[in-house]
Amino acid sequence: MIYFIVGIAGVLGALFRYDLGLLIHSWWSLSFPLETLLINYLGCIILGWFTPWAASHKNFPSWIRVGFGTGFIGSFTTFSTFSAETLALIQKGLWGIAILYVLLSLWGGLLMAWCGYRLFKLRGITREE
Amino acid sequence: MWDGLLVGVGGFFGAIARYCSSQWIAGRVSSRFPYGTLFVNLLGSFLLGFIIGGKWGTSIYLLFGTGFMGAFTTFSTFKVDSLQLAKQKEWRVLGLYLGISYLFGILFAFLGYTIGAWING
Repeated sequence: MIYFIVGIAGVLGALFRYDLGLLIHSWWSLSFPLETLLINYLGCIILGWFTPWAASHKNFPSWIRVGFGTGFIGSFTTFSTFSAETLALIQKGLWGIAILYVLLSLWGGLLMAWCGYRLFKLRGITREE
Repeated sequence: MWDGLLVGVGGFFGAIARYCSSQWIAGRVSSRFPYGTLFVNLLGSFLLGFIIGGKWGTSIYLLFGTGFMGAFTTFSTFKVDSLQLAKQKEWRVLGLYLGISYLFGILFAFLGYTIGAWING
């Protein structure tokens, strides 16, 4: 059953990624792969918030945790496209853009996951007041 | 509509394949190092490179590339894992994880691309 839930959440995650990618692509025409970067950033914020939030609730249903975290957000964000896009930039000789893309993914992704975590913390503080 | 169906079907199996892989690896290796995520991300980078290099057409790309490999690999878990390592001050493990993921991710995409282009060139 959990496999089916992960699969269905994976369908939604992949479709959201695909549609959001097309939407961003319709107004972004430069060779920098902005679609994947923004999608991955968004997923990092949400998972950075969701992981500690789900863990902070006692008896949080594991099918929601696995379904939303692993299934939906896991499938929404992608690493293979990042690798392939960086390779394509290098093959075109766009080394500067490739290096910029790697650095923005590396540090930006960490920052976004941290922002998500801070968002969770912030909520905890306001609740205590 | 048809394009969305291909992406959706690929996403269904990609997500399940990632979940099974990480469960399987977690059951065998107990380590602070996130082997499960590293494994799917490197394998997925290789296979996506292979699909792009082979130029098998739009439908194959949407099903296996955007759908399956897109869902099989993950960026969010990779970064949340990294954040956990940073919070635990596991700097050496974190450095290795980030370095291996980025370096070998791009390298494996290149290897896959080369093999794909060679087979279907």
